[in-house]
Amino acid sequence: MTDTLTPVLTDNWDAERAWTLASYEERGGYSALDKAFAMAPDDVINAVKESGLRGRGGAGFPTGMKWGFIPQDNPRPKYLVVNADESEPGTCKDIPLMMASPHTLVEGVIVSSYAIRANTAFIYVRGEVLHVIRRLQRAVQEAYLAGHLGKNIHGSGYDLDLVVHAGAGAYICGEETALLEGLEGRRGQPRLRPPFPAVAGLYASPTVINNVESIASVPSIINHGATWFASMGTEKSKGYGIFSLSGHVQNPGQYEAPLGITLRQLLDLAGGIREGHELKFWTPGGSSTPLLTPEHLDVPLDFESVGAAGSMLGTRALQIFDETTCVVRAVLRWTEFYKHESCGKCTPCREGTWWLTQTMARLEKGQGSEDDLELLLDQCDNILGRAFCALGDGATSPISSSIQHFRDEYLAHLTHGGCPFDPAASTAFAPVGAEA
Amino acid sequence: MSLDEKTWGELREIAARYPEARSGLLPMLHLVQSVEGRITPEGIEACAEILGISAADVNGVATFYTMYKRRPVGDYHVGVCTNTLCAVMGGDLIFERLKEHLDVGNDETTEDGTITLEHVECNAACDYAPVMMVNWEFMDNQTPESAVQVVDDLRAGKEVHSTRGPRLCTWREAERVLAGFPDDRADEGPAAGPASLVGLKIAREKGWTAPEGEK
Repeated sequence: MTDTLTPVLTDNWDAERAWTLASYEERGGYSALDKAFAMAPDDVINAVKESGLRGRGGAGFPTGMKWGFIPQDNPRPKYLVVNADESEPGTCKDIPLMMASPHTLVEGVIVSSYAIRANTAFIYVRGEVLHVIRRLQRAVQEAYLAGHLGKNIHGSGYDLDLVVHAGAGAYICGEETALLEGLEGRRGQPRLRPPFPAVAGLYASPTVINNVESIASVPSIINHGATWFASMGTEKSKGYGIFSLSGHVQNPGQYEAPLGITLRQLLDLAGGIREGHELKFWTPGGSSTPLLTPEHLDVPLDFESVGAAGSMLGTRALQIFDETTCVVRAVLRWTEFYKHESCGKCTPCREGTWWLTQTMARLEKGQGSEDDLELLLDQCDNILGRAFCALGDGATSPISSSIQHFRDEYLAHLTHGGCPFDPAASTAFAPVGAEA
Repeated sequence: MSLDEKTWGELREIAARYPEARSGLLPMLHLVQSVEGRITPEGIEACAEILGISAADVNGVATFYTMYKRRPVGDYHVGVCTNTLCAVMGGDLIFERLKEHLDVGNDETTEDGTITLEHVECNAACDYAPVMMVNWEFMDNQTPESAVQVVDDLRAGKEVHSTRGPRLCTWREAERVLAGFPDDRADEGPAAGPASLVGLKIAREKGWTAPEGEK
């Protein structure tokens, strides 16, 4: 029986100066390199395939399969790009990972690049995290000096250059083709697919784009074996992942556990909902994943079960809201976010998020009528599946799920002539026992 | 004012980091901000000339990304997260208090040029909500009072530390790091803040680990 929490990626975060090469190597860091170099690149890909690792950036696509799509007979250079643009509201796992242990990511980049036969790799990190960028820059510099990067790494004959690239503020660049546009020095607007990046990505060359946590998991698979990784988690959602609890819980923070743990188990570990309050709604994996309620406390947090419950596992960003929170205010704010971050390329998203905001704002003020709920759902219907990328789809998730679960609360705004909640009661600094 | 030779050299150096020079544009614009205090027409022209693209192309990029500023930014860019979770946890009240205290609106700078206030989107620190960023360093678990204290200390010229990082530098110095010219502060601050470690701490107490691996 696997333990409830299984620290792998977080295991060295409490080490003295964990971010340094000395600390990382003292704990066996960079040992996956020689193991990987002793294998054929295709065998590294197969190990990742066999482990069952699925993308940790939200979509859950099998990582090894993605690597296998790279056409090795294509004469152009291959590239690995790490998506470190962590910006999905509620998501806060990659940033602490890169701050505490940037070498875990760098080691993963080297093994992964070797597997797909890339000689240049990039870490595209959002610009708004200065200290994380410092730690990444330092880690890359240290890795070069130690011979883990550069020419003929560990005498293997394999060369790799790694560039840390800071973004400049755009949620859309978390979308992989928009990220590539940003990395090519352009406005971050998504590309039409196909061709997929595996065939024509960065500089129209075969490119793998993976989330930070996916790449950081690779050294552990090489070190301990695909079977070891697959021994954790559920049948179709294998391995461990970092679960991020935030909001109205006693002890918010990072909990690394096998996929399939439930929110009830996580809340027990986190000391429960803050004192004197109860769970009202939560997101399983960021604001783009439909809201869930207390009735979903025992849903296993794996890709299949959360999907079956009507939401998505996403990034395991568990934002927890208690009964002092107005769901209409919460959803309006997310809607404003999507409107602000819409890149403007496609009409359903550019215009649709604008209209959603208008309608939501009217309802939040207690204006409008019950018909506006149907209008909202109709607007969502005109965006979902019709937008150019997943941003538009994501914008509809909080709205349609909140109307499904909390229709009465929308109506209460109309009968009350405004928001019936006191926003002060939901704050972290509200006196204990404050009521909405 | 035109850019000096050193800046031209560094802009070329950034472009040379990449297989294709245009990939350097985002960090190049960060460097322009560190030198000029904002995106200037001179900075745009320099990027365009080095990359062999039009100024309109550079302008199109500079206007797309929110970290690039057209108006001068103060010594300290203060960003209050008002995305849903932080807003609910107190970010809205913190932002209101700072606007009142500093007598500025969103995306405006105090008359003395020290503080530019802006509300920002989720900055990936939700377990430390409500969160404020100063020059893109984390100021975790803020209250309206603590936020006022931070801006007062900054305006008084006192040394202020990130709650999970180093001494705060100026906005221009921060932009230089983002352009890929590291400063000497990587070793300051802890590896992780308290919330980042809660799960690990419980695992240690209970003796929980990942299974033994193959050797």
